[in-house]
Amino acid sequence: MSRKPFVREVSKTGWYLKHPRYMRYMSREVTCIPIGAFALLLVCAVERLAQGQQAWDSFVAALTGPWSFLGMAVVLAFSTYNATNWFNVTPKAMPVQTGEEFLDGKYIVGAHYAVWAVATLVVLFFAGVL
Amino acid sequence: MTQLKKRMVQLEVLRYDPEKDKEPRFQSYTVECNEEWVVLDALTAVKETIDPTLNFRWSCHMAVCGSCGMMVNGEPKLSCHAFLRSYEGVIRVEPLANFPIERDLVTVADDFIDKLKRVKPYLIPKEKKSIAEGEYKQTPAQLMKYRQFSMCINCMLCYAACPEYGLQPKFIGPAAITLAHRYNQDSRDGGRNERQEVIATNEGVWECSFVGACSEVCPKAVDPASALQQVKVASTIDWFKEHLLPGGAK
Amino acid sequence: MEIVNTDVVIIGAGGAGLRAAIALAETDPKLSVALISKVYPMRSHTCAAEGGAAGVIKKDDSFDLHFDDTVGGGDWLSDQDCVEYFVHEAPKELTQLEHWGCPWNREADGSVAVRPFGGMKKQRTWFAADKSGFHILHTLFQTTLQFPSIQRFDEYFALDLLVDDGRCQGVTAMEMRSGMIKQFHAKSVIICGGGAGRMFPFSTNGAIKTGDGMALAYRAGVPLKDMEFVQYHPTGLPNTGSLLTEACRGEGGVLLNKNGRRYLQDYGMGPETPLGKPQLKTMELGPRDRVSQAYWHELQKGNTVTTPWGECVMLDMRHLGEKYIDERLPLVRELGIAYLGVDIAKEAIPIRPVVHYMMGGISTNTKAATQLPGLFAAGECACVSLNGANRLGSNSLVELLVFGKSAALSAIAHMQGLPKPNTAALQARANESQARVRELFSRTDGTESMSGLRKEMMDTMEKNAGLYREEIGLKEAVAKLAELRQRYNKIVLHDKSNVFNTDLFQVLELGSMLDCAEALAVSALARKESRGAHQRLDYVERDDQTFLRHSMAFYQGLNAPRLDYLDVVITKSPPGVRDYSGDHK
Repeated sequence: MSRKPFVREVSKTGWYLKHPRYMRYMSREVTCIPIGAFALLLVCAVERLAQGQQAWDSFVAALTGPWSFLGMAVVLAFSTYNATNWFNVTPKAMPVQTGEEFLDGKYIVGAHYAVWAVATLVVLFFAGVL
Repeated sequence: MTQLKKRMVQLEVLRYDPEKDKEPRFQSYTVECNEEWVVLDALTAVKETIDPTLNFRWSCHMAVCGSCGMMVNGEPKLSCHAFLRSYEGVIRVEPLANFPIERDLVTVADDFIDKLKRVKPYLIPKEKKSIAEGEYKQTPAQLMKYRQFSMCINCMLCYAACPEYGLQPKFIGPAAITLAHRYNQDSRDGGRNERQEVIATNEGVWECSFVGACSEVCPKAVDPASALQQVKVASTIDWFKEHLLPGGAK
Repeated sequence: MEIVNTDVVIIGAGGAGLRAAIALAETDPKLSVALISKVYPMRSHTCAAEGGAAGVIKKDDSFDLHFDDTVGGGDWLSDQDCVEYFVHEAPKELTQLEHWGCPWNREADGSVAVRPFGGMKKQRTWFAADKSGFHILHTLFQTTLQFPSIQRFDEYFALDLLVDDGRCQGVTAMEMRSGMIKQFHAKSVIICGGGAGRMFPFSTNGAIKTGDGMALAYRAGVPLKDMEFVQYHPTGLPNTGSLLTEACRGEGGVLLNKNGRRYLQDYGMGPETPLGKPQLKTMELGPRDRVSQAYWHELQKGNTVTTPWGECVMLDMRHLGEKYIDERLPLVRELGIAYLGVDIAKEAIPIRPVVHYMMGGISTNTKAATQLPGLFAAGECACVSLNGANRLGSNSLVELLVFGKSAALSAIAHMQGLPKPNTAALQARANESQARVRELFSRTDGTESMSGLRKEMMDTMEKNAGLYREEIGLKEAVAKLAELRQRYNKIVLHDKSNVFNTDLFQVLELGSMLDCAEALAVSALARKESRGAHQRLDYVERDDQTFLRHSMAFYQGLNAPRLDYLDVVITKSPPGVRDYSGDHK
């Protein structure tokens, strides 16, 4: 009869600017760009490796230098931010019930950090750094 | 007897009368409140003493009926649980986001009601039992497995907070999927497969990118984000079982 | 005007209405059921009930004991055939609810747990944390979603019953979001519209508890029974009136006056039980009327605590410990912190009695049938009478289930062999109903304010029809309410919109409340005795000679209701003494 429900538009491009929690979400999501770029770099590395010693050496040489170092630092920062964010929410996706209680999230998160630390040590060992 | 402290509060309320307005507009009210009041009390005072044409839903005034959801300074809140002491200056009140506005602060809840029904949120018993045989046994530990998810008061604040729902209205949404998960986790229930067909879909959990806003605004600490991620995990395991195990074990 | 043809129409979708709908759908899936409610079902006030639902399951308990507790608790005004039926059905209904998924608290072995409750000799209250009503309501609502025969009409405001040929054959209702009025033509009508606590300024009741269901039946000629019996819940928050469940006391909370004394022992509920070890049916586990009335006496003596929100007594639960409180009373703790800034784990909380429940309502028999063929009623809006002069805590949540189902079965039985409806006559009634509402919109000579009249009604109810009443006050209330009902016809409707017009709904709700309030006041004035929740300062004794009868108020338009009386059904328990002292046998 006289109804005319009004639909409020949601901006497809600017919705995340509307609230700090959406900005925080986007900051987590945007880490995919440098991480994705680094993944492509690793694909290149494998390709160069397959092409022989000379190709590999010139690849490594190209990656030596201040800009490259800066780029790696940025990637490390973003992937750390990404990883820690996801570690912290893992208890939500996989709750562990012991009797009537639920295991405190810190143990699950802690386990992730522990595995990360061990994996890091292993990699550094094989890289000859340790 | 110590007097209760009073306070003049200015509200900016989004009004809309479809019979008169082309689009919503803000209207300002200044009303005398008690310090300890909630936004709902302020709105009620406005309706009783200034403007009887202001419309909003409410009932229990104790955060259990879920009627009074609205945006307070851009944040989804139950107006009966939004304490004036938490706000300074002008308080902006708007109808719950991501729902069409019917009139003033009253939204159209049809989409949510439909989605609630779609997920089959009722017990589909694993085994039949007659009343004479008594209750299904359920240990306190089994009860705890789903109890948190049964606390949802259907207030729809999570839908207002969820940016996915705002951008993609087909998304079944946090509360509905959480309720399906509540039954999936209930030891008496055997209907998980039926519900997975609805919720483990593109319109279901896979639309969710774990923004987590739903859990942040939930007034009952139901943690819908957690429920949705648990459904994703269960659904993924299902997929692997179906495709990797001989016979497609379900 | 659109006609919706259906087999049964249910008005009200709280615990009773939903239970009736499920019973209809399960008994005969071919029946069409129209479930009308002025709010979405999950908003119904059933959701606010906290403590639990009583049903005999323990080995040391018996139907006879539940019967005795209920009849004594009701001060012998309960119809005993009804109570007998109720206590037998109760555990079955609660088990059925469990089968539908209700998350009852459990013992370690997986069986349902029970807790102690006021006025009950044995532990028989099933509970789901301190949100029992919430879980019952949601379990019922979610269960209805699987039945295609139940068609819901959410946010439809019921206006008038359609009565023709001496039978109730439907109702008119307004779709609240469009203003469109529709007529529902049905073979049976079930009213489950809830109570009317909002007649009082201070109650645990939500905004929607305005007695619309009671008024619907009342105006169609069905008497309202025992309206004068209004229950005050002993422990409500002093500012918002929000309910702090009786389970606070069931779990061991104690009531203290300003001197730190557990004053209930001075009012026949002693001797004092050890702290944290409540004894059933005595001290803080006494019946609600006695516990609330004790507050009033303490108030007269000047023993109450003065707070910014009025005179209070203190509810102390600190000795229960934080862990136990979080397990059994989490909602209560949250309410205290949020609305009063008091953490019950750390301090005693000020409380006062608040209006909570109406024992009275639409007169029905044990089969939930009213005296108007085709009209049935269940839940708080009905008076069977199960609860007599005072309801025991945790009986009403079961009442919804037992009599909701009863109403459904009776509605089906009524449908057999009915003559065809006179559609033209029903349409004429519907047009009258629509005209009544439209007149509000077109009225030009209005002078009265809705909120003004509402406040005057609440003031006189609080002052003259509260915990303790007397002739002069009740006469004032009767006169005042008659005057308000006259002035009601001159109300100004400020909002003339058709779309979700809450000004209109509140005007209609006020009309319902005024009718109920007048029935209450007239019944209270005529009952010259004190019984249960109805206490007279001028007639302090119970008078079984004259008043072992139900008050029946009959609508007389703008005139005061006509009163009649109906004898209470006594089967095996003759009126006795209500003994809540700890050393009773």
